[in-house]
Amino acid sequence: MSEMSKIVRTISSISFPLIIIYGLYIISHGHLTPGGGFQGGAVVASGCAMILVAYGSIWTIGKMKEKNLSLLESIGAICFILLAIFGLGFGAVFFNNFLVGSDFLFGTIPSAGSTIANINTGGVIPLMNFAVGIKVIAGLFAIVLVMAHASSTMEEKK
Amino acid sequence: MNIIDFLLQHSPALIVAIPLLGAFLTPLISRINNKARNIFVILILGLTTSIVFLLANDVFAGNIHTYVFGSQDLALPIVRILFEVDAMSAFMAIIGSILALVAVIYSWAFIKENTGLDKFYTLILLTTAGMFGMVLTGDMFNLFVFLEITSIASCALIAFWTNKGKSVEAGFKYIVISSIGALFLLFAIALLYGQYNALNIATLANAIQFSFLDKIALVLLIAAFAMKAGIVPMHMWLPDAYSKAPASVTIVLVGATQASLYGVFRVCFTLYGNTINLSPASIGWIIVLLGLITMLLGVAMALIQSDFKRLIAFSAVAEIGFIFLGIGAGLTVLGNAEMMAAIGIPAMSGGVFHIMNDALDIGLLFLVAGAIYYATRETSLDKLGGLARNMKYTTVFFIIGLFAVSGIPPMNGFASKLLIYESTFQLNPILSIVAILSSIMLLAVFVKVFHSVFLGPSLPKFKEVKEVPKSMLIAMGIIASIIIVFGLFPELIINNIVEPAVSALVNYGDYIREVIPTFTGGI
Amino acid sequence: MIFNIPFIAVTALVLIGLYTVIFRRNLIKMVIGITIIQSGVNLFLITLGYRENSVAPIFTSLPPGTIVPEGMSFPVPQALTLTSIVIGVAVLALMLSLIIHIYRHYGTLDAREIGGNEE
Repeated sequence: MSEMSKIVRTISSISFPLIIIYGLYIISHGHLTPGGGFQGGAVVASGCAMILVAYGSIWTIGKMKEKNLSLLESIGAICFILLAIFGLGFGAVFFNNFLVGSDFLFGTIPSAGSTIANINTGGVIPLMNFAVGIKVIAGLFAIVLVMAHASSTMEEKK
Repeated sequence: MNIIDFLLQHSPALIVAIPLLGAFLTPLISRINNKARNIFVILILGLTTSIVFLLANDVFAGNIHTYVFGSQDLALPIVRILFEVDAMSAFMAIIGSILALVAVIYSWAFIKENTGLDKFYTLILLTTAGMFGMVLTGDMFNLFVFLEITSIASCALIAFWTNKGKSVEAGFKYIVISSIGALFLLFAIALLYGQYNALNIATLANAIQFSFLDKIALVLLIAAFAMKAGIVPMHMWLPDAYSKAPASVTIVLVGATQASLYGVFRVCFTLYGNTINLSPASIGWIIVLLGLITMLLGVAMALIQSDFKRLIAFSAVAEIGFIFLGIGAGLTVLGNAEMMAAIGIPAMSGGVFHIMNDALDIGLLFLVAGAIYYATRETSLDKLGGLARNMKYTTVFFIIGLFAVSGIPPMNGFASKLLIYESTFQLNPILSIVAILSSIMLLAVFVKVFHSVFLGPSLPKFKEVKEVPKSMLIAMGIIASIIIVFGLFPELIINNIVEPAVSALVNYGDYIREVIPTFTGGI
Repeated sequence: MIFNIPFIAVTALVLIGLYTVIFRRNLIKMVIGITIIQSGVNLFLITLGYRENSVAPIFTSLPPGTIVPEGMSFPVPQALTLTSIVIGVAVLALMLSLIIHIYRHYGTLDAREIGGNEE
């Protein structure tokens, strides 16, 4: 598909970092407010799809090749499974939450009942949210990119 | 504790996690070398197969293994996901691991000249992980998620040869029917959750009463799993999907189809096991009737085909009808103790043994068809002929598969089919007559195929056809040797492997008592 | 009566979706029918988690006077619905990619003309 006019391209470039920040906020606060890995990843992927529509699929594929996205997706999935296997080594069972109660990264335990939100809680769950978020961003952007490129090559064949 | 105890304690989680980790490491390793990737995939599947055998060895001795994710205690009420492995689950896991390992050894040479091979191996490992998850889990929603993983990954594998239009269309038909079946399953799970506030199979089986909504849920569950297993009248996707996919994909797909068949039996025997006094025996008769229709239709359609792989696919449909007939006959007499010992246990032993035999036999026939396609690039029976001179080993493997499918001694098909004939004859003579008739028609179909493909004068365009490469012969040889061993020593297999699986299905009380120790009831 | 409206809507959505999948010939309309069935089942899942006069099940800054946990709605059906939506997105992406390939081969999207010479 071809690119759109200069006004659309400029506004897309300005609002793209804001969309990324909003999506990362949703991913990282997944254990306190509604949200989490998939929801934040879908927001960032929508921002990337906006760039794809504004700049045209040929320019975007030139900048961001499809095998880099495949590599990023594999890294996200491997991080998730390795975090689950680390529970096997440190604790006792698979998927064990081994960071709760320790003072390494996300270890505070909140008091029961209604409290003010503290991002330092949750244990291994925020790290898993990041891994799932990276995988969802790479996966959804790759789907939209490949479909747009396929339809553009079908148009120029006619 | 030493490494064997560690592996045995954590084996239900490791069996699912190791293929999943290998599936996502494969694109990274395939940047190095093609050969390194093939060896890595075979190592991952070999490791998983050995852990499966280790777990099965312990489970067949009588212990049920449970595994709670995320915590160590099994306190009631269950809020976490639970994996519960009894003898029937271990039986299906053995079948799945053997089929996946053979498929990957076969693909070394069969699929070598295609592009996009790193995605091919990733999807095969994902399908295997999904299939293991489906048979090992003890939680209904987890079963739904793994069923969807398996169907999405295998749909992408069926449409692997995207340059041919027919393969893509077969994949589309498969994903539409599979998606509707999975949505019916989710609807039934929501019905059961809304009534009893539990997703665990053991907790649901403890609390279930046979109300009106439970009857709707039972019908939807059986319909959804039968749609995925290829029972008539929902078998439309099976001939297209099995025949247009590459041969190593078909053998993994056979494993996935048997896992959906396992879902029917888990629902009928364990989830609704406590209601056998309330429900009439008509559920068993419906399953027997579906099995009869499937057998007859599969054999009748196989007689008129002229495409090699499509014919084998229709005979696969007929074999699934045999399994339904055997286990359905056991379900009809489940409440009656002395009829159970005379009719039910032999029929169910035959049915469960036939699950393994069917997977091995149909797998071997598809591997032979793939070998012929690799050598001659032809699949139509009209154009093939006289290949026995050029491909000697393949001919021998096809004769072994022919005897096994039609139930002729000394192959393994004879042992399981004899058990089904004898026990269903006492239930109702018509069932046994229909079963013997379909076996005879299968023999006729395959003798015709053998004559037209392998015997006869050698055609001039097939003069340079050579034997297929060694890795494909090794894969076919593994399955053929297992078939011969099972056929020569059936008593050994039935006493050690099939009997624990059948008693695990019939005595649903043991399954429930692992989670809820105060459960009274059961056969 | 007003509390039964979501369940009536679920039945209507599932029946409309089944009608579209069975009786329409265009492949894109079949995909839309499957999406309608998915919406119906997701609505059913999330309606099961309703409790009368309840707040969202989040512990951060609850309104004062909420009884914990009887004043909150059930959180488990919300997690089940989210998983089902994610699976629906993946299946939709796969079906649309297959339709692009089919259109490239056959030039038409009519289900009866694609069937070819089977059986």
